Amino acid sequence: MLKVTWRNLVARKLRLALSGFAIVLGVAFVAGSFIFTDALGGAFDGIIKGTTADVEVAPKGAGDFSSAEDSRTVPASVLADLKALPDAAAVAGNDQVQGVYVIGSGGKVVGGNGPPGLAFNYTTTKAITGNQIITLASGSLPTGPGEIALDEASADKAGYRIGDSVPLVTPGTEPRLEAKLTGLVKFGSEGGLVGATLTIFDRDAMLPLFFHGRDVYTGISMTAADGVSQQQLADEANKLLPTGVTAREGDKVAKDNEDAIGQALGFINIFLLVFAAVAVVVGTFLIINTFSILVAQRSRELALLRAMGASRRQVNRSVLTEAFAVGLIGSTIGIGAGYLLAIGLKGLFGAIGLDLGGASFPVLPRTIVISYVVGLVVTMIAAYLPARRAARIAPVAAMRDDVALPEASLRRRMIVGAVLVVAGVASMAAGFAGSGGKGLSLIGLGMLVILVGVALMSPVLGRPVVRGLGVVYTRLFGTVGTLATQNSLRNPRRTAATASALMIGLTLVALMSILGQSAKASTDKAINETLTADFVLSNAIGTPFSATIGNRIAKLDGVQTVARFRQGLGEIDGNQVFLGAADATQLADTLNVPMTAGQVGDLADKVILVDTTTADSKNYAIGDPVDLKLQAGTQHLTVGGVFKASAAVPANYLVSLHTLAKGGIKPNDSLLFITKDPGASTSAIHDEIETITKDLPTVTLKDQQEFAAEQSKQIDTFLYIIYALLGLAVIIAVLGIINTLALSVIERTREVGLLRAVGLSRRQLRRMVRLESVAISVLGAVLGMTMGIVFGVALQRAIADQGVDVLAIPWLRLVIFVLLAALVGVLAAVLPARRAAKLNVLDAITTE
Amino acid sequence: MSETSAVTTHSVDGVAARTVDLTKVYGEGDASVAALDGVSIEFRRGEFTAVMGPSGSGKSTLMHCMAALDTSSSGEVHLGETVLSGLSDKSLTNLRRDKIGFVFQAYNLVPTLTAEENIVLPLAIAGRRPDPEWFDTVIDTIGLRPRLRHRPNELSGGQQQRVACARALVSRPEIVFADEPTGNLDSSASAEVLGFLRRSVDDYGQTIVMVTHDPIAAGYTDRVVFLADGKVVAELRGPTADTVLEQMKVLSLESVSGTAAGV
Repeated sequence: MLKVTWRNLVARKLRLALSGFAIVLGVAFVAGSFIFTDALGGAFDGIIKGTTADVEVAPKGAGDFSSAEDSRTVPASVLADLKALPDAAAVAGNDQVQGVYVIGSGGKVVGGNGPPGLAFNYTTTKAITGNQIITLASGSLPTGPGEIALDEASADKAGYRIGDSVPLVTPGTEPRLEAKLTGLVKFGSEGGLVGATLTIFDRDAMLPLFFHGRDVYTGISMTAADGVSQQQLADEANKLLPTGVTAREGDKVAKDNEDAIGQALGFINIFLLVFAAVAVVVGTFLIINTFSILVAQRSRELALLRAMGASRRQVNRSVLTEAFAVGLIGSTIGIGAGYLLAIGLKGLFGAIGLDLGGASFPVLPRTIVISYVVGLVVTMIAAYLPARRAARIAPVAAMRDDVALPEASLRRRMIVGAVLVVAGVASMAAGFAGSGGKGLSLIGLGMLVILVGVALMSPVLGRPVVRGLGVVYTRLFGTVGTLATQNSLRNPRRTAATASALMIGLTLVALMSILGQSAKASTDKAINETLTADFVLSNAIGTPFSATIGNRIAKLDGVQTVARFRQGLGEIDGNQVFLGAADATQLADTLNVPMTAGQVGDLADKVILVDTTTADSKNYAIGDPVDLKLQAGTQHLTVGGVFKASAAVPANYLVSLHTLAKGGIKPNDSLLFITKDPGASTSAIHDEIETITKDLPTVTLKDQQEFAAEQSKQIDTFLYIIYALLGLAVIIAVLGIINTLALSVIERTREVGLLRAVGLSRRQLRRMVRLESVAISVLGAVLGMTMGIVFGVALQRAIADQGVDVLAIPWLRLVIFVLLAALVGVLAAVLPARRAAKLNVLDAITTE
Repeated sequence: MSETSAVTTHSVDGVAARTVDLTKVYGEGDASVAALDGVSIEFRRGEFTAVMGPSGSGKSTLMHCMAALDTSSSGEVHLGETVLSGLSDKSLTNLRRDKIGFVFQAYNLVPTLTAEENIVLPLAIAGRRPDPEWFDTVIDTIGLRPRLRHRPNELSGGQQQRVACARALVSRPEIVFADEPTGNLDSSASAEVLGFLRRSVDDYGQTIVMVTHDPIAAGYTDRVVFLADGKVVAELRGPTADTVLEQMKVLSLESVSGTAAGV
């Protein structure tokens, strides 16, 4: 008997550990998200502080992290004026350019795809941190054209040593350069460069390359003399500056930029936290289930406690205390695991170029508090229902042989579930009637409510699914199949709760698959309809490229039109907007932009075109005034038409090239649309363009189909990231299945013993457990897929006017997901089945 | 009436199961306890035998070893022509499935299956169909035809145990082992079950070995074997409740005055 007690105890430990593990995973995701974004923020803050001097002089609005690269400069004469200030200990002129990348010895861009490639002249300026921004680590500084220095990390990654000839791509007049590496520099701030590439030029060499030979600076850094405050120095400098140029205190500049970065990182955090929330919700199901089963198994013991005089509250509290302990331990381990997860994310982001090598991963008090709150609250809530049920056990049950827990009837559950589903549908309907972000929020809320409703109703909804599966089982596996089916139907709540956990994961997977597929199909269609150009030249790493490339292509024989498409960030009515800029005639020659009002040709210097979504939400009509704020100032424009945005016209607003340039945004190209002369040979033109671009790994030449394929690939990449993040929720769901099966096996020890006694072989027994597992997972998959498809179709309809106007359902992929779910069931059953098969027949029969 | 031992008085042909010097030791060294201490016994075909003895006498262990549910420390178990020792788990499982029937004190029906499904379970596991004639005979004998579609929790204890008996008989096993089949039943339900077991011996020549505490239950059998301290200490043929009770008294007196009372 002692053996049996001991085994039960060990078994319970395992069960608590499994539900504790769900908390660990959920909390780890939450903590990891915070730790990782804190680490990112810390690294960026380090860079910002490490590059900002006491006073920064630059054209008004330039140099912010939130704005596009500025084309405006400060005349060199200003430098001499500022140097004369007695309160300035040091004054240095900077020439900085973005989009300069090193081509590695393998022919690929180093860094790329996110982190900036910065080029500037060498100065000895000290940052507000007190460290010199750039120090020479080895070799010598570049002197004259044809020489550069690189930061150590980039040189190392690219595989170059001092003395090597280094190929560079630049946005300047020379798209590609070769320069000798004369030295390596160190960046002053701790925490590294987050993957950015630093290229140091001799200043005189930079002017013809990037500034058309003019003697100008992009900014001037000033260091205050001892005892002089930043504000004092800035005020004195401002008196000397020409209009349009301003001096700002370094602390303010740093803070503004940190805030801008913080906002951007906030999005990453929220993105990660959404998936953390999914994991936590799925974990909740697992915890509810575990505690329900634990309480059921301990019901006799609990009844005994009641018989001996324990109050309901005491019983209730004893269960909740257990939950608290599990939550506490789970959250603690979860925070540790979150730290590891953050390090893992560092590796993942490192793989795409965001190098956080030197960054520290701070576990802030805020992270710890949130993690414990999430872990404990979720566990306590999840354990509350089972605890209440435990308290309702009648004392007399202690005397009975088989104790059945008092259970609320499924009817009440069905009613609540149905009400929720109806409410959810209503919310979705209201969402469809509404518009814009509000409508989408209502639709999302509706989906959430329906999901909960269906989870509640799943014990009943799942019955036909399991029954149907049972028919197949019985036909294929005979009695073993029947037994497995009956077992999964035996405790519908438990089966349904276990399946619900998987259902949530698969609903989201199916939803995202459908949206992704629809987005791809819509993009394909839009590109086919819109793009009339023969070729598209696009940037491969998300950074605009030198205008020289377009100039050279335009000069080729047989090329008719080269339409430049430029991008920028602006502000309209206080909101950040994505701008596209192009020449109206060129655009009309190469694209057939679908317009719902006006003509593409109407695009002129005082005109702005608006995409359909924005026009809807802001109620724009032709002739409406729009104030567009760019870094160089605000321009008063008039709405000239409404276009449909797509991958071929990626913008919310379209302006003329001149408007963008006037706004101070550097005239670099994002896309080139190229048409050939009617008579010219496509392949010949293609080869000719290739000769211009083949040495430039930052741009790629594509025809229409390749361009569409590239867009699809981007959507796929995004989809895979989401699958990976949802994977965690699925893992938790699998843990839930393992848990439920293991508990079922323990609960049915006697029955298992009997089956073995009357001749069920170990293999048959394992198969029985496995089939039950598959039944649970297929149930979850079927419910999840059904809802995912419904939600996916609904959401596609909701965002049809935002460019996703083609519905495409990836049936094959969805079927594969169901099959994978069945496979998950098989895997989840391995341990419980082994455990069942190992049961000693004799022990099983004699177990009380 | 009482013989102290009854070895090899019958030909091997008429024996459904027998043990030779069967020993089962639990624990090791000083702490070891012999639950069975050299038991040699035979169960003839078509005979209804009761195994009795005080708690700890080894009667359950004897049954578990003979029924291929437990392994012995030494000695042999023969089931028909088969020697159990050295058989693999798979062979033992198949043996239980095909040659042995079980009736347990706690009925041990599968709660998710109907009475009928429970009865044919051993056959279904083996992937065989019941012989319809024999199935009908068994069902009529237990008298539960109208309740075949009911689940165990819709049946009384006596009815459940009759279902369990039918399950043990339907595959026509060589031998049925019943472990206190009436332990949980009131007297009238007990009488139903015992009467049914008696009939299956008389009418169909079934071999049954029943472990019991109850002299009245033992009175239904052809022969009672008494165990104490892991040894066969007495045997009674053609017992009645009274003769069994008498024999029990004699044995308990012996155990008090005589050797160890290792109970």
